[in-house]
Amino acid sequence: MSTIVLLLITGLGLGALYFLVASGLSLIYGLMGVLNFAHGSFLTIGAFIGWEVARRLSDGSWWALVAAMLTGAVVGALVAAATEFFLIRRLYNRHIEQVLVTVGLALASVALFEGIWGTDPTYVTSPSWLGQTTEILGARIPNNRFMLILVAVLVLVAIVLFLKFTRYGLIVRAGVENRLMVTALGIDVRRAFTLVFAIGGAAAGLGGVLASIYYGYVSAHIGGSLLIFAFIVTVIGGLGSLAGAAIASVLVAVLQQFANFYLGGTGDLAVVLALAAVLLLRPRGLMGAKA
Amino acid sequence: MSTTSRTNILTVRNLYGRIEGQQVVEDVSFDVPDTGVTALLGRNGVGKTSTIKSILGLIDRTGAITLAGRRVDRLPTHKVVQLGVGYVPEDREVFGKLSVAENLKLAERSAHPNRALVEELFPDLVQRHAQLAGTLSGGQQQMVSLARALLNQNRLLLVDEPTKGLSPKIVTEVTQALLAAAKTVPILLVEQNLQVIRQLADRVVVLSGGRVVFTGEAAELLDDPERIQRYLGVHSGADHSSTDHSNTEQVPA
Repeated sequence: MSTIVLLLITGLGLGALYFLVASGLSLIYGLMGVLNFAHGSFLTIGAFIGWEVARRLSDGSWWALVAAMLTGAVVGALVAAATEFFLIRRLYNRHIEQVLVTVGLALASVALFEGIWGTDPTYVTSPSWLGQTTEILGARIPNNRFMLILVAVLVLVAIVLFLKFTRYGLIVRAGVENRLMVTALGIDVRRAFTLVFAIGGAAAGLGGVLASIYYGYVSAHIGGSLLIFAFIVTVIGGLGSLAGAAIASVLVAVLQQFANFYLGGTGDLAVVLALAAVLLLRPRGLMGAKA
Repeated sequence: MSTTSRTNILTVRNLYGRIEGQQVVEDVSFDVPDTGVTALLGRNGVGKTSTIKSILGLIDRTGAITLAGRRVDRLPTHKVVQLGVGYVPEDREVFGKLSVAENLKLAERSAHPNRALVEELFPDLVQRHAQLAGTLSGGQQQMVSLARALLNQNRLLLVDEPTKGLSPKIVTEVTQALLAAAKTVPILLVEQNLQVIRQLADRVVVLSGGRVVFTGEAAELLDDPERIQRYLGVHSGADHSSTDHSNTEQVPA
């Protein structure tokens, strides 16, 4: 029983990380039809700069962690908005070029990060409570998992409130359905594009700081490794569906944890098989729109 | 009705339109007066919808398009619309996952939208404001589509096949709504239903093979069965005053 509780809650924690990356990917694809392979770079730079700020303030304190998370989110948002404005905007509806540019940016940014911060992982110091455990139903759960889950839920609620109760949220929801018709109502949908990139980048940057707590370090490849699973989550959840991304994040991460424990470390394989099953049986994903 | 006293709200000169490299509008020129309804007619596939989309910039276009004296052919779609163009697209294109109220809210371009007019013309929409637009009937969706355009103070309405696929009763309601709208704003109307054209149109522009082949008063065309047959491929002979659309003439595919 305690093992199942442990796997479930650590799975939820990992799912929280996947959601922070996948939510932006899904929103960006849903509104703009852009598969953004550079999304992992927003996560990585958010993590690096966030921890640089934390280190200079007060390593290991709560307020340094909060500063790191805020910095990570802001840096992620700014880099993502700049990417949309300077690179992607000229390439809407040119999907091959989008893939080439975002893949190129992802590769170049990893090289840049390695040039600045080196190729070895940089270990981070977080508040001591996060390194401790709490016992639930006999399972000793690492405390940082609770924080990951809490932050992901807050981000999900914030995005839902934004989509439901703001004019730009309304534009984004309409744009996901029919982008051209939104412009035909006199709305400059490009601003919504930049905003959605910024929101996705902020979630990724925040996810970068949290991922480095989860793994205990930050490296130039942390974004790329999470991005693979975030893409899988986005496809399983249904491209463009925020709710689908949230549900699929949890399902994928929990499946991964259970398969790793009970099936001899085959978590990644189980996730890929789940992706194949979804593509074969329900190509639009769990909650994606019909083609 | 004389055209000499009119000024034009829209002039289109040498308009070419392309979709994915394919020429769909070819050297089209016409004017839309600043009052009344101008119908853009032609057989299916001649480029009527593409002409409307070219004016709005929804497809690639070249040529000179002037709205109220201002060139708009290099402006993006949203800027053309912000200059005072309302658009009612073919097939309604309401946002199915948004409520009726959200569809209308999204369309509001000013702080003082004309909600009273919309509520007067389409009282059913008031009752259904919280309903998802995707769950409405085709006629109700058309009302949402028309209401989105009529909410704003426009200089011109571009209305593309507003009665397509609707029941005779709803066709009558849509026609009445457009008649009411035409009292305050000029309309460029694409329509297949000749009964509706008879009730609404003051002038007609006929396209064939992507080009304009006839421009003139609506009666000049509609009272000439030979021209209707030649340009639109349909026999005309219905009672012009009839509002019963159970036997309406349709321009064929």
